[in-house]
Amino acid sequence: MKMMSGAAMVVEALKDVGVKHVFGYPGGAVLDIYDALYAQSDVNHVLVRHEQAAAHMADGYARSTGLTGTVLVTSGPGATNTLTGIATAYMDSIPMVVLSGQVPSMHIGEDAFQETDMVGCSRPVVKHSFLVKRTEDIPMAIAKAFYIANSGRPGPVVVDLPKDLVNVQESHPYVFPDDVTMRSYNPTEKGHSRQIKKAVAALMAAERPVLYVGGGAINANASAQVTQLAEELNAPVTCTLMGLGAFSGVHPQFVGMLGMHGTLEANKAMHNADCILALGARFDDRVTNNVAKFCPHATIIHVDIDPASISKTVNAHIPVVGTIDKVSEQLLHALASEDLTQQEARLADWWKQIQQWRERLCLRYQPSDEVIKPQRVVEAVYEHTKGDAYVSSDVGQHQMFAALYYPFAKPRRWINSGGLGTMGFGLPAAMGVQFAHPDVTSVVITGDGSIQMNIQELSTCLQYNLPIKIISLNNRALGMVRQWQDMIYKGRHSHSYMDSMPDFVKLAEAYGHVGMKVDKLADLDGAMAECFSLQNRLVFMDVAIDQNEHVYPMQIKHGAMDDMRLSKTERT
Amino acid sequence: MKRIISVLMENAPGALSRIIGVFSQRGYNVDSLCVAPTDDPSLSRLTIITHGDNKVIEQITKQVNKLIDVLKVVDLSENSHVERELMLIKVATRTELARAEVKRNVDIFRARIVDVHASNYTIEITGTSDKLDAFATTISQTTEIIESSRTGVCGLARGEKALRP
Repeated sequence: MKMMSGAAMVVEALKDVGVKHVFGYPGGAVLDIYDALYAQSDVNHVLVRHEQAAAHMADGYARSTGLTGTVLVTSGPGATNTLTGIATAYMDSIPMVVLSGQVPSMHIGEDAFQETDMVGCSRPVVKHSFLVKRTEDIPMAIAKAFYIANSGRPGPVVVDLPKDLVNVQESHPYVFPDDVTMRSYNPTEKGHSRQIKKAVAALMAAERPVLYVGGGAINANASAQVTQLAEELNAPVTCTLMGLGAFSGVHPQFVGMLGMHGTLEANKAMHNADCILALGARFDDRVTNNVAKFCPHATIIHVDIDPASISKTVNAHIPVVGTIDKVSEQLLHALASEDLTQQEARLADWWKQIQQWRERLCLRYQPSDEVIKPQRVVEAVYEHTKGDAYVSSDVGQHQMFAALYYPFAKPRRWINSGGLGTMGFGLPAAMGVQFAHPDVTSVVITGDGSIQMNIQELSTCLQYNLPIKIISLNNRALGMVRQWQDMIYKGRHSHSYMDSMPDFVKLAEAYGHVGMKVDKLADLDGAMAECFSLQNRLVFMDVAIDQNEHVYPMQIKHGAMDDMRLSKTERT
Repeated sequence: MKRIISVLMENAPGALSRIIGVFSQRGYNVDSLCVAPTDDPSLSRLTIITHGDNKVIEQITKQVNKLIDVLKVVDLSENSHVERELMLIKVATRTELARAEVKRNVDIFRARIVDVHASNYTIEITGTSDKLDAFATTISQTTEIIESSRTGVCGLARGEKALRP
């Protein structure tokens, strides 16, 4: 039996679960753990500039790999700074383990220096948490944390470690469990056979089916199965904001993203469908619009790993609990004994109808010679990265433009905060991506508002030599807020503009990077080419875009899925 | 509609606060709550009285079941069950008449007087919540209630059904 200190146990346990990167920031309560990190090279620690960014980096790392992201922070402010990052991961079901320092056990509850009840603070936004009580429990707590974080419906787990437990001066036996089993936690992976039969019967009877694919398909690495299912059924496929890439954005059966800023054809197909197969999507309010008017003709088959997601907002006629890969395989297996040769003929009218919707070219925008349109910038990023980059985004108009104008052919390429909508997510997430995949092109599509929420990480990028490409769609305003103010508040732009914008080129240079400014359309292509040719440098490209552009299509509030504005003047 | 949700969970620190957290953060009602370790001291059993329509109750059971510390959740009110609540109630007995009336009602309701003081009785009564309400109402018409404390409902399914790990 190995004897070691609690601090050494933390590092040893991270090694034993296979952690390569830990994103963190030291402080009083975790100095022992940092001392244990110093003596080894198996676990690579990344020193961030703000703990929120550490959580987003771990998150980007997790989203782009499927592995669990790991964070290490001190007690009190170190821990609370991670909360936005934890909540972001929680809303999007991203596997993450946050190790937080805590004041010594005997001082817990005394309002000691840098004490916060981290287990209590994080409780509503974690899948689970542990406050470790004995040093010898550390390996089991860490093993369980990683198991819980990346099984079932993934999510963040906090492990709170009081300082006295990780004292480097004491030695305790280290036993890492071979296997973690918990009597209270056994996620269901395979769908119930009776439900599979019902689902197949509904799909075979459908004349206007749609596959509605969400982030659960990506979490389950189910792209191949979902694609095969779609092709065998000859059904149109729409993806949620979280599901983009689970089904190829350039596949002929793809009708685009659905929801508030979804395409006309996706929302029309949903509204008119007679059967919806939801795969790892959760019918959230940014998809459904008014639930009472949602898809009135459809039999809804809802496949999800989380029973609580089923029939939460929209009632499912055929609920199936299981992972998307397993259930898709079960569906394919059951479909194998059905006659699918007639699918093409049977769905011919449906496809004809979809074609008519597509012909309205809902993503067309008014090009301009004078100002740079944000859509054009995203298209240029697509062209210059050959559609093969890892694209992280922040939150706002630029996020929707990226989602709509950069079709993702592969899963785990589109990294964005879908559920929580966290501004400041993009840059650190792209850094996590770059740590996971050192040789890929990691792009951030951001805006002048969002980028300033975690801009200090430019310093971390220099320290670790991360050649990220930041494309900032600078409209000198909080674009999405401004759009809503235009549409709903009679153009009263209350606090949605910034008249003290920094010089981003100089800022990038001050941090040791390359800064570029583009304010003429004619310069855009050349600048993009230069930006992506600088393979070993971080480039911050500040692109001055049209301040008055709105994101369309856009659902009309309280309406059905397909009640939409297609431009400032055009409605469905 | 009133529901009795029974939860079998790990007898672990923080488990209770997670369950209460689900109720507060998702806006579910808690009318009463009763929790204690079971015959297996590593497990706790918790009974929550709540109300809501079927959709809400379904969400409550699913969301509680989702908690890592929770082994099983059952809606006892869906099937036949036994439910009991205990109340201790201290009432003023300053006059002969009050003492007699209180004693009579205690007998009628099959309650028990468990403490006697010169000017008050403390009474123990078990039964359904309705019975406890009825007793308190009746007593209040006779004399003054000084204080009372109720445990909240606990319950078990009738017959073979059981909440076991």
